[in-house]
Amino acid sequence: MALTDATHDAQDFVPAAEVEEVELYHPKTWLGKYVFSQDAKIIALQYSITAMAVGLLALVLSVLMRIQLAWPGAVSFITPDAYLQFVTMHGMIMVIYLLTALFLGGFGNYLIPLMLGARDMVFPYVNMISYWIYLFAVLLLLASFFTPGGPTGSGWTLYPPQAILPGTPGASWGITLMVISLAFFVIGFTMGGLNYVVTVLQARTRGMTLMRMPLTIWAIFTATILALLAFPALLVSAIMMSLDNLLGTSYFMPAIVSLGQQLDHSGGSPVLFQHLFWFFGHPEVYIVALPAFGIVSDLLSVHARKNIFGYRLMVWAIVVIGGLSFIVWAHHMYVSGMNPYFGFFFATTTLIIAVPTAIKVYNWVLTLWRGNIRLTVPMLFAIGFVFTFINGGLTGIFLGNVIVDVPLSDTYFVVAHFHMVMAVSPILAVFGAVYHWYPKITGRMLNEGLGKFHFWVTFVGLYCLYYPMHYLGILGVPRRYFSNVGANGLPDWIPESAQFVNIWISIAAITVASVQLLFLYNLYRSATHGKPAGGNPWGATTLEWQTSDTPPTHGNFGKELPSVYRWAYDFSVPGAEEDFIPQNVPASKNTGQAS
Amino acid sequence: MSIFRTLSTKPWVAERGYVSDSHGFRLPTAKVFLSVFLGVVTAVFGLLTAAYFIRMAYADWQALPVPALLWLNTAILILSSIALQWARVAAGREHADGVRRGLLAGGALAFAFLVGQFLVWRQLGSLGYFVDSNPSNSFFYLITGLHGVHLLGGLVAWFRASIRLWRGAEVAKIHMSVELCAMYWHFLLVVWLVMFGLLLVT
Repeated sequence: MALTDATHDAQDFVPAAEVEEVELYHPKTWLGKYVFSQDAKIIALQYSITAMAVGLLALVLSVLMRIQLAWPGAVSFITPDAYLQFVTMHGMIMVIYLLTALFLGGFGNYLIPLMLGARDMVFPYVNMISYWIYLFAVLLLLASFFTPGGPTGSGWTLYPPQAILPGTPGASWGITLMVISLAFFVIGFTMGGLNYVVTVLQARTRGMTLMRMPLTIWAIFTATILALLAFPALLVSAIMMSLDNLLGTSYFMPAIVSLGQQLDHSGGSPVLFQHLFWFFGHPEVYIVALPAFGIVSDLLSVHARKNIFGYRLMVWAIVVIGGLSFIVWAHHMYVSGMNPYFGFFFATTTLIIAVPTAIKVYNWVLTLWRGNIRLTVPMLFAIGFVFTFINGGLTGIFLGNVIVDVPLSDTYFVVAHFHMVMAVSPILAVFGAVYHWYPKITGRMLNEGLGKFHFWVTFVGLYCLYYPMHYLGILGVPRRYFSNVGANGLPDWIPESAQFVNIWISIAAITVASVQLLFLYNLYRSATHGKPAGGNPWGATTLEWQTSDTPPTHGNFGKELPSVYRWAYDFSVPGAEEDFIPQNVPASKNTGQAS
Repeated sequence: MSIFRTLSTKPWVAERGYVSDSHGFRLPTAKVFLSVFLGVVTAVFGLLTAAYFIRMAYADWQALPVPALLWLNTAILILSSIALQWARVAAGREHADGVRRGLLAGGALAFAFLVGQFLVWRQLGSLGYFVDSNPSNSFFYLITGLHGVHLLGGLVAWFRASIRLWRGAEVAKIHMSVELCAMYWHFLLVVWLVMFGLLLVT
């Protein structure tokens, strides 16, 4: 690639965007404009709304589980089977159909073209199909609630043999629909994911070098590559599981006697499934964590009016974490009876991830150091993310060690750990991102008072919820159990104090869940009644805030695409007129010294 | 290596912030798109191969006899790839007749390959090697099936390019489509050779 030193001196003229103009598809009907739209911004909203709707269902399921755990038998329709089905659907929906779809399909679609100065994704039609396949996958998943036997209750990991044996809830229709839905999700995601990657590689505007990209884009780009390489493992295992289930093959199914009957399967390897599943499953953690890292980096920088500390190291850390995430999968399988040397290898690689991750945490903290911190709602959520991620990361160091993991495996300690690190942290980043970019999407600000209330109740509530769970886990309370109480309604094999903690956790969970309704109300109400935001309410430097229209129209920018002259973090440049210099301001106009 | 050079630029120093005078890669976008997709497909077949080896180590594995027809099918797929390569070269020279012949031969041979694979399935079935008889059979049906589905997808792209050509589109306009088809065909040929080799040596 030929590189020219374009901004060698301040007077150098960088010609306007020489990017080939793409021919945009201009729909004539309302349906083509808002429903079957090929505009990445509309697709992003479709992805986000679908993901949030199905996520709301998963939230309700978790509340039902908490009601059962605190007040066993209080709700009659929560049977042991239903409880397991709720556990499974809650996990699967939250991880895949909410977080993956929201971060990559939602934020990816909205931010990649805008932040890179592109008109749209490189293949808008494929991008549109991606959403409709995703929606189809969601509908298939929801359909399993209405089949005989209901959805699968095998846990979100779908481990065979129990996932397809008659004793498990949803063993016939539920699991079949689940794996088919997952297969469609993977196909749909691949169509979108190819677009995100190729758009980053090919459609950046003039001057937007890779190392000038905002960290949000670096993170979404890397996460998409992880997803493209990891989801095939899910696809392959889903297909093989279906064949075991429907055609009687024995990829995963060992010889087994079920309900007194010798089944036709023989010789299969359940551990093979675990390897395939976690080869997808661990990168999946980073598929939802990396975008959160990127978004939080940008939020901290904008709202602290300070450049991100160690930009290059942040990029390298993202790439290194992405690479490492493919060689740690078996730390989910310490109790599967694998070779101890394997355990040693995977414990080592797992703990090595702490290095790039710690670099990121230090850089976030050092970005805040002596910054001009504005405690806006997005900033609160971003700081909340850093706190929570450190907490979840520290328990990860516990669980990464084989000898600590074995006794804690399958207890509430694990539940607390992974919720802190890959449920609460990413969702805090999502909230921060929504409060941050909502003004660009709708042209209006979200209500700040409601936002702060939402933040504090959520943040404090989540700690009330998950901190005690660590204690329950160390006490040995197992996860996925329907009930810990005997027939007399008193805890029969966990201490009474543990049951009290369960009640406390449930109250916290219900409080946190209900305050999310306030957030949804804020989203709905502010769209029409919010304070008008203007083009750049936060004083941010990245290109999406420099569009001629807010909300941006189809094609994103006006007649000419912007040219980029600087990185995304020129905040508080000494001598500059304002405390931020947008990326498309030429060097010649700059009065500061740093550029 | 330019990737390391890129990753070590200091974007905060404007003087060092290089601006590429071509933007992004020089490769056509569609080609990059296909290449990334081929990476994903490689992951699918790579993982299947890994699963194949792991499952093979178990006691109940019995190798599948290799039907002679598979050799013929392999030859047909190689010819199909050659024909599309021919079309690709002809398209580069704007030689419309050559493109037509190459496309037609390539598509017909690919179709013949799929029919051949189906006949192999029928043959194995009539000999009692069903998909659930033994894990080696299960893997054979799965791998050939997935490979066939990918080739079918390629035939859809091939069909669209051919239709455009026969309706009188200029060769220059479908040059990229022909080139992508050829690239995809070669890739699927390599995948097939690796998978066939896997079957032969185990």
